[in-house]
Amino acid sequence: MLRQRGLRPRVPERAFATPDHYVPTSGRDLQAIQDPEKRAMADALRTDSAAAGIAFFGLDDPRQGIVHVVAPEQGMSRPGMLIVCGDSHTSTHGALGALAFGIGASEVAHVLATQTLWQRRPATLRVTVSGRLGTHITAKDLILALIAQIGAAGATGHAVEYAGEAVEALSVEGRMTLCNMTIEAGGRAGLIAPDATTFAYLKGRPFAPEGAAWDRAVHAWRELAGDPGAAFDREVEIDASSIEPMVTWGNSPQDALPIGGMIPDPAAAPAGERREAMARTLAYMGLEPGQALTDVTVDRVFIGSCTNGRLEDLQSAAEVVCGRKVASGVEAWIVPGSGPVKASAEALGLDRVFKDAGFQWREPGCSMCLGTNGDQVPAGQRCASTTNRNFVGRQGPGSRTHLMSPAMAAAAAVTGRLTDVRRLLVEG
Amino acid sequence: MEPITRFAAHAVPIDRPNVDTDQITPARYLQKPRSAPFGDFLFRDLRFNADGTEKPDFVLNTPFRREARIVVAEDNFGCGSSREHAVWALYDFGIRAVIAPSFGDIFAANAAKNGLLTVVLPAKTVQGMIAALNAEPDLEIAVDLPNQTVSLPNGPAHRFEIDPHRKQLLLNGLDELGFTLGQIATIEAFEKTYAG
Repeated sequence: MLRQRGLRPRVPERAFATPDHYVPTSGRDLQAIQDPEKRAMADALRTDSAAAGIAFFGLDDPRQGIVHVVAPEQGMSRPGMLIVCGDSHTSTHGALGALAFGIGASEVAHVLATQTLWQRRPATLRVTVSGRLGTHITAKDLILALIAQIGAAGATGHAVEYAGEAVEALSVEGRMTLCNMTIEAGGRAGLIAPDATTFAYLKGRPFAPEGAAWDRAVHAWRELAGDPGAAFDREVEIDASSIEPMVTWGNSPQDALPIGGMIPDPAAAPAGERREAMARTLAYMGLEPGQALTDVTVDRVFIGSCTNGRLEDLQSAAEVVCGRKVASGVEAWIVPGSGPVKASAEALGLDRVFKDAGFQWREPGCSMCLGTNGDQVPAGQRCASTTNRNFVGRQGPGSRTHLMSPAMAAAAAVTGRLTDVRRLLVEG
Repeated sequence: MEPITRFAAHAVPIDRPNVDTDQITPARYLQKPRSAPFGDFLFRDLRFNADGTEKPDFVLNTPFRREARIVVAEDNFGCGSSREHAVWALYDFGIRAVIAPSFGDIFAANAAKNGLLTVVLPAKTVQGMIAALNAEPDLEIAVDLPNQTVSLPNGPAHRFEIDPHRKQLLLNGLDELGFTLGQIATIEAFEKTYAG
């Protein structure tokens, strides 16, 4: 868009690029992309970044990965920043205390050309999560429970701040999972006040300030948290101790239930369009009203994505997989979120755990979250997935997606069905 | 893109909530250039079978809907992915306004930059319009952007709110980037004082 108008990026040193949606996860060769349009797109990112002087981590760079994993991991995403990217899951970076949100292609061009964006101040929503999450309950279960509570449009028009004891207790990685799926509740931005956990995460990362500059930065970052009496347009409270491992059954992230639940019955829904919509959903998903979630068998397991493709996610999956085998007939994949995530996992021997169990251990990228690189769930197959969207056809035409945490996806892999991971870890 | 002022046109009722941008334009078309015929990709998997034949039951394939310029939808239309291609598909099909109780925020922002008006009306009003369109598929809805109203034939004018900046872009078919570049001196002045 810029080239057509004879424009150049205004401040290229404030921009960053890495290929993620279209890259193969079987190897590291862009020429392996079969579709000429997709290959040209991936090539253009490299050549255009180079021409404009924009930092670029390509497939030959060990730091390449999913942009929402890479930028925090490199210390590029820091408290107080305003971060935008042409992807709705840009909300992820709010975990570092940044205001971060997704924009469309026209706005990306606008930002590159002018370093500005026209915005109205969004309404504010605070989600206070009191208490502590139970054992083996993760940020993914928390965000699915929240979306089930407030709905897929529950935070539309709002920037969401997450607060409370359970949020403070989360690692930065868990906070990223939480902020990442804010868009699935309709909120463009999710953020968490920077604290000692944030600073400890950032210290020493390649793009983080050093020495006296670091001290000055932390001093400034401490000022960013809201005042104790700050007012929000809306408040939502949720009790962490009440949250069970969650899985989705439908085609909206709000269709989430505790694993002990049953597929809902359209006959119990209000007559009319809602009932028809639910019946349509169950037909697409191949599920029966009243069926126990734990009776639902899976064909595939996908662990990865900007929601759950970080080291902590792979560790929690490995804990479940260790000493077990992928169930017969199930195809299970691990796609690390970035090169450093993959390398760290390999240094810990997690790749061996997964490979010995029968998982495929692949190269970083967005992969089967949306299948634009060709990694798709075939029509009619059911996938336990650590991703963020269970939309119709999201993982491929006719694909059936159940969203859940990495530990729950690992439990599905080794049992071949949706399973309460706590059973395996207590027994194990 | 075309300026929007006043027009009356047939409308498509999409009577399901949470229509995500993956439904509006499936991900397999995202690598296509803007010049591609995105109208053909609109609601592709709801509208067509895998072999390219039409699904006769889908509303876009029924009488009066093919020439529709308005979509009337339920809550949270355009939720999900930030893909601007969803707006392009609606625009290229000929749609110039979408009426719904709520929209995905990113979709609504993309729409305003591409000549597509998003009209937020109370859920009850929208449900009434959908029911009317289902009963009488040839109904025309009148859109009046200067006065910020939409109405059914012989019905009341429903007033809607719109951000004044977005209204200006749509009324004049204005390109936002061109508008901002006209104010580059202000940006330069800010940059001289900005240390961050």
